[in-house]
Amino acid sequence: MSNLLLFPIIIPFFFAIILMIFPKRLKLQRILAAAAAGVTVVSALFLLAKVDADGVQAVTLGSWPAPFGISMVSDPLSALLVVTSSLITLFVIFYSFPTIGVKREQSYYYPAVLFLMVGVNGAFTTGDIFNLFVFVEVLLMASYTLIVHGGEKPQLRESIKYLLVNIISSALFVAAVAFLYSVTGTLNMADLAVKIPQIEETGILTVIAVMFLVVFGFKAAIFPLYFWLPGSYYSPPIPILALFGALLTKVGVYAIMRTYTLFFTMNISFTHELLGIIAILTILAGCVGALAYFDVKKIIIYNIIIAVGVILFGIAQLNQPGVDGSIYYLLHDMLIKAALFFLVGIVAVLFGTTDLRKMGGLIKTYPVLGWTYLVAAFGLAGIPPLSGFPGKLLIVQGGFEGPQFWGSIVILATSLIVLLSAVRIFIYAFWGEPVETVPLKKSVFNQMFIPTVILVAITVVFGVGAELFMPFISGAGEVLLNPSIYIDAVLKE
Amino acid sequence: MRTNDVMLQTATKVVTFIILMFAVHIFFAGHYTPGGGFVGGLLTTSAIVLLMLAFDLETVKKILPINYVSMTAVGLLLALATAAASIIFDVPFFTHAYDYYDLPLFGNTSLHSALLFDVGVYLVVVGVTMTIIQTIGEDG
Repeated sequence: MSNLLLFPIIIPFFFAIILMIFPKRLKLQRILAAAAAGVTVVSALFLLAKVDADGVQAVTLGSWPAPFGISMVSDPLSALLVVTSSLITLFVIFYSFPTIGVKREQSYYYPAVLFLMVGVNGAFTTGDIFNLFVFVEVLLMASYTLIVHGGEKPQLRESIKYLLVNIISSALFVAAVAFLYSVTGTLNMADLAVKIPQIEETGILTVIAVMFLVVFGFKAAIFPLYFWLPGSYYSPPIPILALFGALLTKVGVYAIMRTYTLFFTMNISFTHELLGIIAILTILAGCVGALAYFDVKKIIIYNIIIAVGVILFGIAQLNQPGVDGSIYYLLHDMLIKAALFFLVGIVAVLFGTTDLRKMGGLIKTYPVLGWTYLVAAFGLAGIPPLSGFPGKLLIVQGGFEGPQFWGSIVILATSLIVLLSAVRIFIYAFWGEPVETVPLKKSVFNQMFIPTVILVAITVVFGVGAELFMPFISGAGEVLLNPSIYIDAVLKE
Repeated sequence: MRTNDVMLQTATKVVTFIILMFAVHIFFAGHYTPGGGFVGGLLTTSAIVLLMLAFDLETVKKILPINYVSMTAVGLLLALATAAASIIFDVPFFTHAYDYYDLPLFGNTSLHSALLFDVGVYLVVVGVTMTIIQTIGEDG
């Protein structure tokens, strides 16, 4: 029993409530929002240290015995994800100060961001599949607020699409949970992992597993359920886009990761092969999008979809390098996507447009920005020693060891397309004839650039110091591959 | 254009209080039987909405000068604090405490910390539904 694992959920919740009381006090809103995220990061780091030292942490709410109460479980994977997502939220809050606009800041922007953090951290921590639904709803509610926040015309148009897709997938989620309950009689994930292998009729369970893949696939934006993502993510302002791009789809990816390693392992030859094929199709679909657009935001948005495919392909292999690689790549992708959105946000502000064809020559006026972007772009494509490389290497290795070796070849080939799509922004925006830029105060530029450059530096450290982080990653992978560790931690408290 | 709604207004003056009493009854009934903060909150809201229909938004705002967003926040805070109190006693989150007391008039009564949580839920439900209804009502 340890309440520590609840702190990354309770702290932002508490601060969000406090911030709701005085929406107009700009300075206090900013300070408290940053403090909330900062304290959350610290508590998440404590949690990670504890999980690393004492093994998987679990607490069942309300002092109920484990399969009956709602269990919250923090294994290395969830602790790592909580740390990363809290860190990104902190940077998004700093990046919001100069970019989001006073009007938005005074209409519950920071409470919404913190509530999103509650939902994301909760979804990563919960050990109960229905509670996962609840936390996903919490983060969706917050995301509905953020996507319409400001009420511009494109935002309103896209939010209807976003709402519809998510309400339909939530309804499916509840239906799938009900099916699972009627077959197994439990919703506790650890208990599910015990009960599912005892059920002999795997046919119905395979159907349920595919239903869950569809549900989480909507959230994670896999092929062909990603159709809502490019439009919906395009409409809100950059800080919100960075938050969504870095965190929201990753909750879906995490849910697939958890369910497909912990308990939906009764018919691997069907479910995981399906997952692998879908993952490859997702990568290909994302590549087409990433090359097709001349819009900086759209290019990075399609790169989210590519990354989702890469991560899921590693999970589908269900072997040690594949799973380790997926975890590494997941963490890398959250950080690098936030950094890239920050960078293209600055570029878009400087040119006053997101159209690549109207940009050029920024390297002469803002050289540091240019080189930072190049580092981030190389990191995204996975050029050694940057952070995309170790994860992708392990995933490719996992693919070659597994049955879907052709998938690894696709991933290697598409890495070049990812590189091309990211470098295209560099070529168009930073090279070429200088185009007149919007005058920007030095202090405002620095306020935007400093959080960005720190985030890029973190990704570089994460890549160069891969050896340093590998024990955490392989620890997380070990729990995923040996469900008994997870089960014992929850059921044998 | 205002129509003559003397009947509605007169009835509302009585009915509102009946609904509010019933809301309190349902709220406490929720302790062991169906009911509780959520339903009680909805009933309270329905009483206030009835007032709004019979009179108008401005009058009701004058009668109940409440910032419903702050009310939601206070409710959330109360609920969170009740649940988080278990952290101080080093038991799992959400563990509630209860005991039996001999109270005058009520006799042997069980008092739960869960009641405070339910008060929080009640405030959140009233706050949120009133915010929604007021926002939609003002736009029209």
